[in-house]
Amino acid sequence: MGIPTREAYGRSLAKFGHDKEFFVLDADLSKATQTIFFKNEFPDRFFNMGISEGDMTSTAAGMASCGKKVFTATFAMFAAGRAYEQVRNSIAYPNLPVVIGGTHGGVLIGEDGASHQCVEDISLMRTMPNMTVIVPCDAKSVECLVEKAIDFKTPMYFRTGRLATEDIYGDDATFEIGKGNVLKDGTDLTIIAIGDMVYEALEAAKSLEKEGVSVAVIDMFCVKPLDVKLVQKYAEKTKKIITAEDHNIIGGLGSAVAEVLAENPVAKLKRLGVKDSFGKSGVKKDLQEYFSLNAKGIIDLYKQM
Amino acid sequence: MSLQQKANEMRKLVIEGIYQAKSGHPGGSLSICDILAVLYFDEMRVDPAKPKCPNRDRLVLSKGHAAPALYAALALKGFFPKEDIKSLRNIDSHLQGHPCMNKTPGIDMSAGSLGLGLSSANGMAITGKYDKKDYRVYAILGDGEIQEGQIWEAAMTAAHYKLDNLTVFADINGLQIDGPTLEVMNVGDVAKKFEAFGFNVIKIDGHNIGEIKNAIEKAKNTKGCPTAIVCKTVKGKGVSFMENQVGFHGAAPNDEQYKIAMEDLEKEVAL
Repeated sequence: MGIPTREAYGRSLAKFGHDKEFFVLDADLSKATQTIFFKNEFPDRFFNMGISEGDMTSTAAGMASCGKKVFTATFAMFAAGRAYEQVRNSIAYPNLPVVIGGTHGGVLIGEDGASHQCVEDISLMRTMPNMTVIVPCDAKSVECLVEKAIDFKTPMYFRTGRLATEDIYGDDATFEIGKGNVLKDGTDLTIIAIGDMVYEALEAAKSLEKEGVSVAVIDMFCVKPLDVKLVQKYAEKTKKIITAEDHNIIGGLGSAVAEVLAENPVAKLKRLGVKDSFGKSGVKKDLQEYFSLNAKGIIDLYKQM
Repeated sequence: MSLQQKANEMRKLVIEGIYQAKSGHPGGSLSICDILAVLYFDEMRVDPAKPKCPNRDRLVLSKGHAAPALYAALALKGFFPKEDIKSLRNIDSHLQGHPCMNKTPGIDMSAGSLGLGLSSANGMAITGKYDKKDYRVYAILGDGEIQEGQIWEAAMTAAHYKLDNLTVFADINGLQIDGPTLEVMNVGDVAKKFEAFGFNVIKIDGHNIGEIKNAIEKAKNTKGCPTAIVCKTVKGKGVSFMENQVGFHGAAPNDEQYKIAMEDLEKEVAL
């Protein structure tokens, strides 16, 4: 088991802070978002804004307007939910180079329950003009994508999770904004996944391979702009696609892929996600079973295709 | 041209633009013309030839609906031709209904949605201190606008980070869309509120050029905390039938009203 993606976010900011000058803002959650790693190294470039996510977001815009790269961090619920309008009008409309860090995304954050389990953030951010949406699946991908984000010139939403994830990538991994990564090739089914569900997709692929099904797995860490060419290529190649995400089934990765396939219907599609409901308290494993956000959930969907 | 005359020229451009557009917000634009005249023609270090100069003074018009007043100041300052004002709100115009920093030269922050601007001004002021630059940051807030909670989050931030390079103007014209602020949502003693949040507070007549100049000077000499200049103003100032009329918060003058407004403003110049 690797480290949580939120921890990788904080550690990566601290790592790259040595060579690049950027600001980090937090709203009294630096120990949870793990920006504390950056704060400890670079206290003069870390600004705690107190419990005021809206103020933090518009403040970041003012800094960015003066030529500074800015990373914010708070829970996805507050980053994309509470401060939605500040993200839209202070950052996205002026097209400023701010990375909006949303940690604790999805229902698999565990025990805190529905008030903190944001299942709408990808949807909210994806529909916003000028916004790029990134959802890494492990520590290595977070590190690589934070490094890319530092030099990124326009707004970006960067979603991470709370609990430890399995390591997916090795040291030679590469990432390009606007592209998906094919982790495994196959001919009968393509699973397109993000975040924690990438590991589950690989596990599902292993099981299905044993039954003679050839499965491709794509990590679509960049939900927007979506790698439309890759989706179309695998739609034509495998004729069956399953999307998997810890997010509402409405508006997220599944919807993005469905939009592509609706205009070019060359493959059958099933979407795995939270079925338009709020989350609930529980440990990760129990929540995965409750919401079918696991390999079994993917396999069950495949059997229906 | 005196600052008073500059303010009056700006008011004429405000009326011209809104009349041509057949929509816009004259009341709250006219109430801040004197403040903007002092800022852009006496105080602020800005250069129309280098609108993005890193060490320029910055202004955030948080009450973004008063855009016509800011456009008038920028046009008279030379950021773009005065004639552009006639294209206000047109499909081909760079002059949007509310300020857009990527379309109009001289605009330091996009605005329009109330309550966001003080936070952005704080971000500029914090950055100025970090970069050890001596530029100053100004934010103009409406009295209706300060009903937005984010203003007070931002007020806390400005004091916490000791932003003495930040000066806030509160335009207290007493009216908002649905009526007098006293009736819609009483904002109470705005000066005391800013004082309680840790600001140096100066109360002035927002149409008195001398008082505006003095207040800015005091703000510049205040160290360790931000300054709020609480300005008593008249909504629709300078146009007889618009003064203190809530109906002209967001209504354009018709042909007849346009003529009267321009006559009123010509008289002001004569004075």
